[in-house]
Amino acid sequence: MGTFIPSTTSQREEMLAKVGVSSYKGLYEAVPEEILLKREDLNVPDGISEMETAARMEEMAAENTVFRTILRGAGSYDHYIPAIVRRVTSKEQFLTAYTPYQAEISQGVLQSIFEYQTEICALTGMDVANASVYDGASAMAEAAAMCRDRHHPRTIVAATVKPDNLETVRTYLWGAGASLDIAPEKDGRIDVDALAGMLGKDVGAVIFEQPNRWGLLEDAEAIIEAVHKAGAKAVMSVNPISLGLLKTPGELGADIAVGEGQPLGMPMGFGGPYLGFMAAKQQMFRKLPGRIVGETTDDAGRRAYVLTLQAREQHIRREKASSNICSNEALCAMTAAAYLAAVGPDGIRKAAELCLNKAHYLAAELAKIGYTPVYQGPFFHEFVTTCPVDADKALAKLAEHGILGGLSTERGILWCCTEKVTKAQIDEAVRILREEAQA
Amino acid sequence: MKLIFERSVPGRSTTIFPECDVPETTLPESFLRAEKPDLPEVSETDLSRHYQELSKQVYGVCDGFYPLGSCTMKYNPSVNEEAAALPGFAGLHPLQPVETAQGALRVLRLSEQYLCELTGMDEMTFEPAAGAHGEFTGLLLIKKYHELRGDAARTKILVPDSAHGTNPASATMAGFEVVNIPSAPDGGVDLTALAEAAGPDTAGLMLTNPNTLGIFDRNILEITRIVHEAGGLCYYDGANLNAVVGNARPGDMGFDVVHLNMHKTFSTPHGGGGPGAGAVGAKGDMAKYLPGEHVVEKADGTLAFEKKEQSIGRIRSYYGNFLVQVKALAYILMLGGDGLRDASQNAVLNANYLRVLLAPYCKVAAEGICMHEFVLDLAEIKERTGISAMDIAKSMLDHGMHAPTMYFPLIVHEALMFEPTETESKETLDEAAAIIIELLKMADTDPEALHSAPCHTPISRPDEVKAARTPVLTWKRA
Repeated sequence: MGTFIPSTTSQREEMLAKVGVSSYKGLYEAVPEEILLKREDLNVPDGISEMETAARMEEMAAENTVFRTILRGAGSYDHYIPAIVRRVTSKEQFLTAYTPYQAEISQGVLQSIFEYQTEICALTGMDVANASVYDGASAMAEAAAMCRDRHHPRTIVAATVKPDNLETVRTYLWGAGASLDIAPEKDGRIDVDALAGMLGKDVGAVIFEQPNRWGLLEDAEAIIEAVHKAGAKAVMSVNPISLGLLKTPGELGADIAVGEGQPLGMPMGFGGPYLGFMAAKQQMFRKLPGRIVGETTDDAGRRAYVLTLQAREQHIRREKASSNICSNEALCAMTAAAYLAAVGPDGIRKAAELCLNKAHYLAAELAKIGYTPVYQGPFFHEFVTTCPVDADKALAKLAEHGILGGLSTERGILWCCTEKVTKAQIDEAVRILREEAQA
Repeated sequence: MKLIFERSVPGRSTTIFPECDVPETTLPESFLRAEKPDLPEVSETDLSRHYQELSKQVYGVCDGFYPLGSCTMKYNPSVNEEAAALPGFAGLHPLQPVETAQGALRVLRLSEQYLCELTGMDEMTFEPAAGAHGEFTGLLLIKKYHELRGDAARTKILVPDSAHGTNPASATMAGFEVVNIPSAPDGGVDLTALAEAAGPDTAGLMLTNPNTLGIFDRNILEITRIVHEAGGLCYYDGANLNAVVGNARPGDMGFDVVHLNMHKTFSTPHGGGGPGAGAVGAKGDMAKYLPGEHVVEKADGTLAFEKKEQSIGRIRSYYGNFLVQVKALAYILMLGGDGLRDASQNAVLNANYLRVLLAPYCKVAAEGICMHEFVLDLAEIKERTGISAMDIAKSMLDHGMHAPTMYFPLIVHEALMFEPTETESKETLDEAAAIIIELLKMADTDPEALHSAPCHTPISRPDEVKAARTPVLTWKRA
C-alpha cells in the first residue's frame, strides 16, 4: 500500500504504550462493536505505489481528447495562460497553506487577496470586492441574497443568462423559500419594456449578463435605468476578459458586479476549480458574503493585512450569517491576481481585442458558407449561427480533425473564439465545414 | 513589503499576446470603457520577485508542524498535483462530447464507487465546491425529501452547540430554523435534550462525529434512532472523517446524507482557503434528489452523464471542482482500503500521543481517549496567570509552528484545538510537545513574554479592531 505515515512499527508500538492501549482497536473503544469495520468489510482494493498511481492517472487522462483548436465557450473559455502565472502560484507554500486566520504568518496570502480585491475593482469599476466565492454561478446566487430582504423578496433573472447560472440561482432561491421571475427576451436580448413592466417595489435584484449567453451585448444602460427607477438593485454578471474593452459595471451604475473568473489564468479543467468574483458599490460592502481582507497596522505600526468584517461570517454569526461560505477559491483568486498583473492594462485590452476580432472573423467566414448569424447586433466573442447541415455531423467532422466546434443548442450553434485561435485554425475549420456541406 | 501596485511603473509591460492576424472589428463607442483598467504595469522579473517575497510570508504544510484542529492539515502528496496538471485533465472543456472525455467520467465514477464504499452511501455528487457548499446541498436533499412527501411541518434542523459555524449558517440558507442542542458534560449529544427537541417539526439533525471536542459519540446509534423515529433525517458533517475513514462508516452509524472534504481527509491542498471539494453522498431515496450530472455506465460499457428527474437542481456550474477530485482519487488509489484505514488509525494515535504528552500540564476538555484531535482548556491557566489561549497560540508561531485552532469549539472558553494528523512523525510531536510544555510553564514564570508574542514573525499582532472600524479594502493611488 502507499503511505505517507512517517512512524515506524517500533515507534507506533512505543506510542500506543504511552497512550495506554495495547492495539489500535483500543483507540476505537467508543465505536460500537457492530459498526467497527475489519479490513475485509471494506470493498476498496489495497493501495499501490506512487509509480503505479501516476500510471493509473495517466491512463485515465489518455482516454480523453485534448482538442487542438477550441471554438466552444458557453461559460468555460480556452485562454492563454502566461507561463509566469502557473509558476508563481504553484509554489508549495501557497498551495498547502490554510485560510490566513493567523495573520502574523500569513501576510503573503492576505496581501495577495488584497491585491486581487483591488484588481477586481479596477477591472469592474466597483468600490469593494470579496476574496472570492466558488464560481460565477454561485456568485450570482450570493448576489441575489445580498439584495433580498423582507421588503424585497422577489428576484428577477434575465432569460438570457447562461443556463447553469440560472439553474443555480433557482436552486438557491428555492432553498431560501424565495421567488424567482424570469425577464423575457426578444431577439436574443432582454426585452427591456417587458422587464420594466415586471418591476415593482418588492423586487430586490435584477440579474443579467454582459455579454449574455448568446454572446450578445445587452443594452445595459437601459436595463439599469429601469431597475433603479423601480428601486431595485442591478446585478451585472460580466466576462472579465471582455472588460479589457467593454464599459464596466461601475461606469454603467450597476450595484453589484459578479462573474466567472476562470478566463483569468485558470485552465478549463473539465469545469473546475473556477473562481466566482464579487464586487459592489461602497454602500453594500457589509452585505458581501465570504472573506474580505483589510489593511491595518501591527503593534509596531507596520502595515499589515487581516481578514476583516468577520461579524458577517458563519464562524461568528452562525445561523444569522450573511452566507455559509467558508473555504472559497483563494488560490484561484491569487491566480487571477497574478494573471492581471502579468498582462497589465494593455495586455487585458489586447486579449479582449483579439477575442473580439477573431470571433468576428470566424462569424464572417462562416456566413460565407451558409452558417448565418441567428441574431443581429453587437457581440463580443460568442455568437449563434444556423447550421446548413446536420449539426452533430458537422461537429463530428471537426472533431475528427482535432477541432472542438461550437456548442449545439436549440437556437443553433454557439461559437466562440479566444485570442488563442489563429487565422489558420479558423480557416481550417471553415474549410472542413465547407467540404462537409458539399459532400 | 511592497504591494504589486507599488512596483508598477507606467509603460512597463511584457509581450504575452501576438499581433492580430485577422481584420479588426470595432464596437460602437457606447459599449466601450472610458479608460484602461488601473492594473499594475510590471516586468516578469518584478512579478517573479513579488510572489517570491509573498511566499516567504506564508506558512504551508511544507514549512512545519500544522496542528490546526478540525482542518486536517496533512501532507499533500506531490503525485496528486502532477495528476491534476496532466493536459488530459486540465485541458478538457466541460462541454466537450462525453465520448471524448471518458477518462474524466471514469475519475468521477471511480471516486463515487470508492467514496460510497467508505461512507456507506449509495450515490454521490461532486458538484459542491467546498464543505459548506456540501452542507447546503445535503440540507436541500433533506428539504426535497420532506417536500415531496407533503410534510410541510418539518421546518427545523437540530444542531449541537459544539458544531462548526457553517452548520447553522447552511441550515438558514436552506430555509430551515436552527434548534441548538446542548452538549452533555462529556461533550457528546445530550440524549434527553435531543429526545425532547425531536418531533413532528424536525426535518433533520446535523452532526459531526467525532465531534469538535475530538470525541466519538458512543451513543451514535441511539442518536440517529431518536431522529429517525421522530421522522427526521440524519446529516453527517464529514469534517472529521479523517478519524474514522476505513474503520467506521457514517452509513452504518445511521446517517442518510454525508458531505466529505477532499481537502481534509483525502489530502488535497487547502490553497490558502480553497479550492477544496465537498462531495455529497446520499442513501436510498435521497440519492434521487442529487444535483447536477451523475455518471452512469451504459450497456456497451461506455460512461455517460445522466440528470436526476427529481434533482434539487444545480448548485454550481458543470461538475464541481473536478481537478481537485482528480487529486483525491490519486490519493485514494495510492493508499487503498488498507492505507486509508492505516492513515486514520495513525491520525488517532498521533493525536492521543500528543494529548498524553500535554495532559500533565493543561486540562484536556474531554477526558480519556480522543479521536484525531483534542481540545486543551486553558480557563484555569487564564484565571491564575492571565495567559490566554491566544497568548499560547501566538507564542507557538515564534517557535516555527502553526497555531492550533483557537477559541473553538465555543463550548470551551479558552480552547486550543490540536489535530496533528497521521503524516507527522513521533520526533515532530516530541519536539512540539516540549515547546508547548515550556510555553505553558512560562504562563507562571514569564507571562509578559507570552503576552507580547509573536516577535519573530513578519508582523506582530495586527490591530483587528482598526481594520473593522475603518475598513481599507483596496489599494488607492496616493
